[in-house]
Amino acid sequence: MPDTITQVSGPKPAPLTAVNDFVVKFANVNGSGSASANGLFAKSIIRMGVAVAARNIFPSNIQGLPTWYEVRVSGQGYLGRRGGVDLAVPLNPQTWDDDVKEIVPGGYLFYDSTKPLPASKFRDDIHVIGVPLTQLCNDAYKIPRERQLFKNITYVGALSHLIGIDPAVVETLLKEEFASKPKLIGANLNAFNMGRDWAAKHLMPIGLQLKHSDVVGNRIFVEGNAAAALGAVYGGATVCAWYPITPSTSLAEAFTGYCEDLRTDADGTKRYAIVQGEDEIASIGIVVGAGWNGARAFTCTSGPGISLMNEFIGLSYFAEIPAVIFDVQRGGPSTGMPTRTQQSDLLLAAYASHGDTKHVMLLPCDPGECFEFGALAFDLSDRLQTTVFVMLDLDIGMQEWLVEPFKWDDKRQLDRGKVMTAEQLEAGAFFGRYTDVDKDGIPYRTYPGTHPTKGAFFTRGTSRNRMAGYSEKGIDYQDNMERLLAKFKTAAIIVPKAVQRPAKQKTRIGALYFGSTTPAMHEALDHLEAQGHHIDAMRVRAFPFGPEVYDFIAAHDEICVVEQNRDAQLRSLLMIEGNIDPARLTSILHYDGTPITARFLADAIGNRMQAQKGVRQVGKKPGPNP
Amino acid sequence: MTYILKPKLHHPSLPKNDLGLTRRDYEGKVSTLCAGCGHDSISAAIIAACFDLAIEPHRLAKISGIGCSSKTPDYFLSQSHGFNSVHGRMPSVLTGANLANRDLIYLGVSGDGDSASIGLGQFAHSIRRGVNMSYIVENNGVYGLTKGQFSATSDKGSKSKKGVENTESGIDLVALALQLGATYVGRSFSGDKEQLVPLIKGAISHHGPAFIDVLSPCVAFNNHAGSTKSFDYVREHNDAVNRLDVILGRTPITAEYKPGEVREVTQHDGSVLRLRKIHEDYDPTNKIAAANYLQERHAEGEIVTGLLYVDPNATDLHDRLETTARPLNHLGTAELTPGQAALEKINASLR
Repeated sequence: MPDTITQVSGPKPAPLTAVNDFVVKFANVNGSGSASANGLFAKSIIRMGVAVAARNIFPSNIQGLPTWYEVRVSGQGYLGRRGGVDLAVPLNPQTWDDDVKEIVPGGYLFYDSTKPLPASKFRDDIHVIGVPLTQLCNDAYKIPRERQLFKNITYVGALSHLIGIDPAVVETLLKEEFASKPKLIGANLNAFNMGRDWAAKHLMPIGLQLKHSDVVGNRIFVEGNAAAALGAVYGGATVCAWYPITPSTSLAEAFTGYCEDLRTDADGTKRYAIVQGEDEIASIGIVVGAGWNGARAFTCTSGPGISLMNEFIGLSYFAEIPAVIFDVQRGGPSTGMPTRTQQSDLLLAAYASHGDTKHVMLLPCDPGECFEFGALAFDLSDRLQTTVFVMLDLDIGMQEWLVEPFKWDDKRQLDRGKVMTAEQLEAGAFFGRYTDVDKDGIPYRTYPGTHPTKGAFFTRGTSRNRMAGYSEKGIDYQDNMERLLAKFKTAAIIVPKAVQRPAKQKTRIGALYFGSTTPAMHEALDHLEAQGHHIDAMRVRAFPFGPEVYDFIAAHDEICVVEQNRDAQLRSLLMIEGNIDPARLTSILHYDGTPITARFLADAIGNRMQAQKGVRQVGKKPGPNP
Repeated sequence: MTYILKPKLHHPSLPKNDLGLTRRDYEGKVSTLCAGCGHDSISAAIIAACFDLAIEPHRLAKISGIGCSSKTPDYFLSQSHGFNSVHGRMPSVLTGANLANRDLIYLGVSGDGDSASIGLGQFAHSIRRGVNMSYIVENNGVYGLTKGQFSATSDKGSKSKKGVENTESGIDLVALALQLGATYVGRSFSGDKEQLVPLIKGAISHHGPAFIDVLSPCVAFNNHAGSTKSFDYVREHNDAVNRLDVILGRTPITAEYKPGEVREVTQHDGSVLRLRKIHEDYDPTNKIAAANYLQERHAEGEIVTGLLYVDPNATDLHDRLETTARPLNHLGTAELTPGQAALEKINASLR
């Protein structure tokens, strides 16, 4: 058997060796059918029990532009991006040079060797593996589309030999995938075996190897958008109004699919209503109308949609109407980077609308919490009678993550909050729509149509008195605004509490983080600890911040605030709402649109720890405090 | 305060409807609009229509946008929930409310600024979506609350109070509504109660998107010579095609009609729209002919009024979405939350 890792001469580092711990990155052309092959690659590793974090990096385009799929294999179960590429599979000539550049020294380059490439296209410090993919497929298939599609499965087959993917697992997955189209099982299997057999005949396995493991356990592999949609089903949402926008579209589509399966009666009638609005404004208008009328309603969108919805969000706040908005954040401002991830809508959502407003935000860290918060958001918005945002981002929403299986307590009932019934009204209960009877800032409401002569009121975005009567008196306006503040204080107590991850040794350094940063942060904290940097960490899960967040800050001298935006928006919220001294909050920022990596965080925080009193902002370009 | 009614000194001889309610029971707060405003006449017509139809006030939801017209829901039906929402966005709020509870009656009140300018998009999409509603535009061709700017329904050549001529084309919401798929389309004049009240009754009894454009002169800013939305102009150029009676159930014909003078349209729910013809050839079930007639008369400077189009077999958004007969807002945990067993199946499919 020839040694194929000899195509490039000269001294080179020893080939990387690792078991169940490496990063593979595919580079493809959008629309070439690579997504399903790459998905099969990732899922077969998961089926071997090895943890995988897979990320699809794609353009705002349907066909022709570059797309990447990064598979981080982690025997330790780390699910964030690590940084760096150990095995590159660049199948797109457009991006070849950049893709080759990313490989770590000693890493591997797997390429289609049908046409010879000049030596200048390679590097001396990596190991090159050529497989004539195009030639194999041209020989095996006559139809051009088949040649293209099966080439994808063929490279998975070749890779399976090189890194030790169990072919039995692949066969099982293909049988499951194409259960309804049995012809495709054999066709795909043939292509897989063609690549695998060629590789077995001509190539040695490489230093990066997979071994069966039990790290995955019974975890599931799911997108955050699908999980949030399922949460909305379990949370009792009946009205969904939405307008297509990347990266939130698949949330509405998943809701549609789950409702078809779970909320359709035998006679075909539906216990839900989904409307694709003409724009984001109509979508939130429908949600507010439905919420006013006692249905649980939501919309899903991204930053540009929130910008458009501002006026209605202010109405929901001021007229106290429940609404749930899933904001799957992408790179902003303006159209920004529609297919890249960021956490840059925090300030926009927290204070959306003109006038004095503050809104509740839930900050899920993975698809598991998307399900949990997706359901909880409806209870909270009914309880608080206001808009509740669930802040996903593209990295959580559109990527499949390994998470614990979804769980539901069958004893749990929907909490509809303070709704006065016909019986209560008939019995003579006091009803003042904007009166704080319970001293928690939350008044009672009635659904339209409740009682023939009691409980009707007029809802408006103009100022009103405690009995819902129109009023332009300053005292009435101020009274109402103060009550809304009191309600926001109640919210701080009932939203999900921040989660602590204490250091192993006592320390005066703390770190705050949230959302999709979480897995990379946990990995970075492990690295930092191994280097002797002890940091108490806290994951923020909601806004307004609970008292535990301010206690945590008070208990430390310096807090690193980690976020994926330029302007340190979480830090601003802490300063504004908690009156925290900015000097105590060090920003660690990552906002190039790619998901934050563990290596970046370990470096950035580690450097900060070393420097102690250096520049406050640590990032790619150190600068003044934002 | 809206929840407190005006003192009700019911005269014992006030007529009562089938529910035993008088017209006073359908009133609202005292209007804050200008004395003589056409909009107040429309509020009175809504009160009369709801009284005549013996609607339980709490079974109706009144929803509006922003502007003079949108203030009026506070001035009728005080036992109905009302929602004075966002400028130009009444249609989406009403759509959402309707989705939440299909059993209530939805009355959308808007103006020409609210529906033809900022809200033209929502006007169009709520109609093409087929929301079951009575959508009334109180059309005065002018922005009243901001003191007299032209609105998008102002006719080209119409003069403002200050004598400025409108150089932009006017939008005809009736023509648009027809094209967009409204299944009940009428136009009337706030000064013609005899025509307007039955048109509103017909709209409420109609199952589908019903639209009525009501010319409603603004006495403060658009009731002068040179305006095409003044009382005098509308009276002089009103071309009524028919007169409508709405009959619920099997009320016998009592009035005497000459043969060929009456056309009856029976709607899906059994209600009968009885039209006394004024123009013998006008067929309100022929959408294309209606659209043509509107254009012809418009070119002559005439304003066509009456029940202009009706599709007696109309469907609505709920029919199209196949939503369950029970209002969605009545469904509880048992109907909505699939439970752990269903979740386990989903988990299994994600491994």
